[in-house]
Amino acid sequence: MDDLLQTPLYETHLRIGARMVPFAGYSMPVQYPMGVMKEHLHCRAAAGLFDVSHMGQVILSGASWEAVATAFERLVPMDVLGLEDGRQRYGFFTNDTGGIEDDLMFARRGDDLFVVVNAACKAADVARLRAVLEPEVTVTELTDRALIAVQGPSAEAVLAGLDPTAAGMRFMDVRDLTLGGAAVWASRSGYTGEDGFEISVANDEAEGLVETLLALDAVEPIGLGARDSLRLEAGLCLYGHDIDASTTPVEGALNWAIQKVRRAGGDRAGGFPGAEVILAQLSDGASRKRVGLLPEGRAPMREGVALFDAAEDGSQVGQITSGGFGPSVGAPVAMGYVDSDHSAIGTTLWGEVRGKRLPLSVAKLPFVAANFKR
Amino acid sequence: MKFTEEHEWLRDEDGEMVVGITIHAAEQLGDVVFVELPEEGTTVSKDDEVVVIESVKAASDILAPVDGEITEVNSALAENPGMVNDDPQGEAWFFKMKVSDPSQMDEFMTEAAYLKFIG
Repeated sequence: MDDLLQTPLYETHLRIGARMVPFAGYSMPVQYPMGVMKEHLHCRAAAGLFDVSHMGQVILSGASWEAVATAFERLVPMDVLGLEDGRQRYGFFTNDTGGIEDDLMFARRGDDLFVVVNAACKAADVARLRAVLEPEVTVTELTDRALIAVQGPSAEAVLAGLDPTAAGMRFMDVRDLTLGGAAVWASRSGYTGEDGFEISVANDEAEGLVETLLALDAVEPIGLGARDSLRLEAGLCLYGHDIDASTTPVEGALNWAIQKVRRAGGDRAGGFPGAEVILAQLSDGASRKRVGLLPEGRAPMREGVALFDAAEDGSQVGQITSGGFGPSVGAPVAMGYVDSDHSAIGTTLWGEVRGKRLPLSVAKLPFVAANFKR
Repeated sequence: MKFTEEHEWLRDEDGEMVVGITIHAAEQLGDVVFVELPEEGTTVSKDDEVVVIESVKAASDILAPVDGEITEVNSALAENPGMVNDDPQGEAWFFKMKVSDPSQMDEFMTEAAYLKFIG
């Protein structure tokens, strides 16, 4: 385990009793003494604090905002150029077959673009950015900054208690805040379906900020275990599981993330890897689709469970890509890919668990209503 | 009470053995959300997978500690799996069994030996 990387909050995790596990090359907290279930419920009731410093933070800069945005649009099917200063969007890198190489958040900070990518993909992402964008755009990976998230209905009160201007931010706004003496970059976003903030802070100020936040009654630390059940209930994809290099955005039900201007007939239609495949699927649909799935019984159905169209015999029509128990739903929840003709809400399918076929139904995502401040 | 290396406990009750998992095992599993119990009257062999237990983290099996017959299951667990975390060495027993060969229990540990085993 010596070769595992540590975030700037590693010592803090140990001190507050985290159980650490290897994750994407880092030693990360999977849970704290409260336990996964209570951490999950606490985050939906008050505020949870997450260390997500393992994720990659990258700044793209160039001669002008237009130069940076136009260049970045060569890698993602999003409207980057139209992003207003101080706003953020969800996006993904695509490949030549229309698959998703990584999903990400990108924010406009003046003339720069601030991109946050998944830990497991960050080396490849930075290499891709450099290969395609340099020298016209300068690609700087920020290894001197930690990233934390404060999520939940009390998140606004928690941050506004430290910097009142936090309360003025809307969902997907980005702004510089001063939190307990630390100058941070905050965005009003997250990965839980709750209102909340993601905060980029200098490595040497991260521990102090986290101590300040954890001292508040509303705030409890949340590990990777509850992070996973929170995002699953919120219907959010986990890269490498629910989406990957072999799934297209249309198959992944992420059409909403591709703005009109990049679609057929738009002013800047196409021009990203796999555009031909993705634009065709946007107009004609795909043969399979990511859907929500609700097991009818109490048995959780996890990643890898095969889905059939009949209780006996029949054919396999899909597979679960994420599944487990949803503490807020109070029942098992899952997501997976099914053939499009079995993707209608309410369709009954059968998942094979330990040799038995158990019923589940195709369900609307998210499983819990999003609680964003629009 | 006797303990196994599989983190189960056995308690003698009127000649039958009541079987559950240890406090240590319950802590390791995390919050239990699903328990699938065997049919009463099932004949089992040592190390058969007799109970499926799912926590928020993963699925695990509970193995029959010895050969015998399942005489009773704790059906309250199916309705309220969280009992396994609340009282693993008490209320949250899994099943009772009639033991075919009591000598299979000779190797089981005392509580002191088990606590040493888990370090």
